[in-house]
Amino acid sequence: MNRFTVGLMLVLTLGAACAKKKPVTGGPQPAPPSTATATPTTPPPPPARAPERVEESVPVPAISEDAIGNRSLEDLNRDSPFKPAFFGLDSAELDDAGRAIVASNAEIMKKYPSWVITVEGHCDERGTAEYNLALGERRAVAVKSYLVALGIPADRLRTVSYGKEFPFDTGHTETSWAQNRRAHFVITSK
Amino acid sequence: MNSQPPTPNFQNRPTRPNTLGVGRWSLGVALVTCAWAAVAALSAQQPAPPGEPQQQPQQPSEIQLVINGEPGTPPRYAVPDFIALSPDAADIAKTLGKVLWDDLNFEREFYMIPRDTYSTIPVARTAEDVPFAAWRELGADAVVFGTVQKTAANTVRVQVRLFNVRSRQIVFAKEYTGAATNPRLYAHTMSDEIHQQQRALRGVARTKIAFSSDRNREKISGPVANRDVKEVYISDYDGENTRRVTTNRQLNITPVWSPDARGIAYTSYRRGYPDIFIALIYQGLQETPTNGVGQNWLPIFSPDGTRICFTSNRDGNPELYVMNRDGSNVRRVTNNPAIDTTPTWSPNGTQIAFTSDRAGTPQIYIVGADGLNLRRITTNESWADRPTWAPAPFNEIAYAARTGPAFDIKVYDLASGTTRQITFGEGSNESPAFAPNGRHIAFASSRGGKGYQIYTMARDGKNVTQVTRDGNNYTPSWSN
Repeated sequence: MNRFTVGLMLVLTLGAACAKKKPVTGGPQPAPPSTATATPTTPPPPPARAPERVEESVPVPAISEDAIGNRSLEDLNRDSPFKPAFFGLDSAELDDAGRAIVASNAEIMKKYPSWVITVEGHCDERGTAEYNLALGERRAVAVKSYLVALGIPADRLRTVSYGKEFPFDTGHTETSWAQNRRAHFVITSK
Repeated sequence: MNSQPPTPNFQNRPTRPNTLGVGRWSLGVALVTCAWAAVAALSAQQPAPPGEPQQQPQQPSEIQLVINGEPGTPPRYAVPDFIALSPDAADIAKTLGKVLWDDLNFEREFYMIPRDTYSTIPVARTAEDVPFAAWRELGADAVVFGTVQKTAANTVRVQVRLFNVRSRQIVFAKEYTGAATNPRLYAHTMSDEIHQQQRALRGVARTKIAFSSDRNREKISGPVANRDVKEVYISDYDGENTRRVTTNRQLNITPVWSPDARGIAYTSYRRGYPDIFIALIYQGLQETPTNGVGQNWLPIFSPDGTRICFTSNRDGNPELYVMNRDGSNVRRVTNNPAIDTTPTWSPNGTQIAFTSDRAGTPQIYIVGADGLNLRRITTNESWADRPTWAPAPFNEIAYAARTGPAFDIKVYDLASGTTRQITFGEGSNESPAFAPNGRHIAFASSRGGKGYQIYTMARDGKNVTQVTRDGNNYTPSWSN
């Protein structure tokens, strides 16, 4: 084993040690800090960090009695009740179709008030990787803002941008690109 | 010359907790002897041919030692295999000759005589046997004679001499002893020293390229299936000696080197959202300067390494911020409801170029590091991103511009205000990154048809060389 590998193992060991010391007060899934609660002058104290290993999380037992509410987080996200909202090329504005989708998603969220939702912003491959990180952020925030306007409490909403890093359709056609310009809803905790 | 950082000195590094790792430090150099005395003595023994300037052994200067070619042409160099002085050094001897040839060829300062034309030249076993007449016949102005010997289980002694073929004088002679684990590094070191001595040029043979890659083909475990892990890797500038830096099986992207080439800042989603981490690759440590304040991405070190500029949504919108390297003293640089992102520092650290869509589409702007004196650079692009400021003395900014269906690399000259395009529609070409001597640009391209790979090219777009081949590889950064 060379010494570089030893160095890497040291990083891992230290990282694991640090992670173990942190109180696990967040939800069972990683929770990105809310962008809306931050203020320019007095940034809030660092939020307690959620566990980093997603697969170690244990879903909270369902409270609801209905079919959707009884399903595990994993099942819910695999076959999600939420529909993605799509965007135009280089755009972070919700059009009428996008607003209708977000509105119907908001109705589901109102039915399950304990659910915390992460809105993921995604872009197609025709932009640059760097700028798309910000464009995806704008898409996610646009959806979050509309959800808040529809009455969803901001503290139930997280946003994260994945730029063009996680295409849903790996093709290189207009159809594929349209599929990848989206706000994707993930149930983070329930 | 004066604008370039000094070449790191092995012996004078304050702390080397690890001679290890990768990089130039792994030499563990015990002895670097520049044999000026020997050069001078040898020069004195050889009669100077007519027409050559008289050697002055008591005060050798670089000028007297420079090997010239025929008038108006670059000097022609030959680098045969090194001689193995012990049988177990045969492989290393071959590697040293090939790598030194490639390294010397990279800067295009010399005409490198192809190695497959040396077969008729008698092999010299000692420095006294170098067949100058035969090399001259092949047109060589300069020839390298090198030896390598295993001195213990895992140590070698490497000697190299550079001869002026016409005068038969040694113009460069050095001995290196150290570990045998990475013999390429001896050749890289020789190349940089020969470029420095012969051309007063800072070579890049010992530099490294950091990039993000999905080559380990793992999937992120999370609520959404089928998402590729990306980790940060580094390799030598020629793509060899690849090492993985991150191991967290998440999205780890946009790595950038610290100016001392000992740290790599990058964007990681290991906490479920983008944040900035710094890997101190030789110490095996990690720093988290933005710890927990908003979401932060696309870090870039100031040229003196004391500050980091980055994009953050902490105030609700992608804006640029500058902080000290330890995360203290955060100051906001941009203030606009549009997107401001992808920063790069000017070589003197007083200005920042970045991408903004404040005029409707992503364009390149420059602003003072204090947030004042904003001006727009690109005006004729439909999409411009990843500005990267060239090191001095080049007064240029390279960026990726949408040209039809994909992107090409363009270079904006700040003095003249003119733009030149240096890639031309072969795949998509993105994320340019300058070499520390400003003579080369690394970039990510889909031109090969097998996903995205890292390539390097000269600053005029010529001499494109593929660096990576495994998986998809993105967002290169070139170390000092």
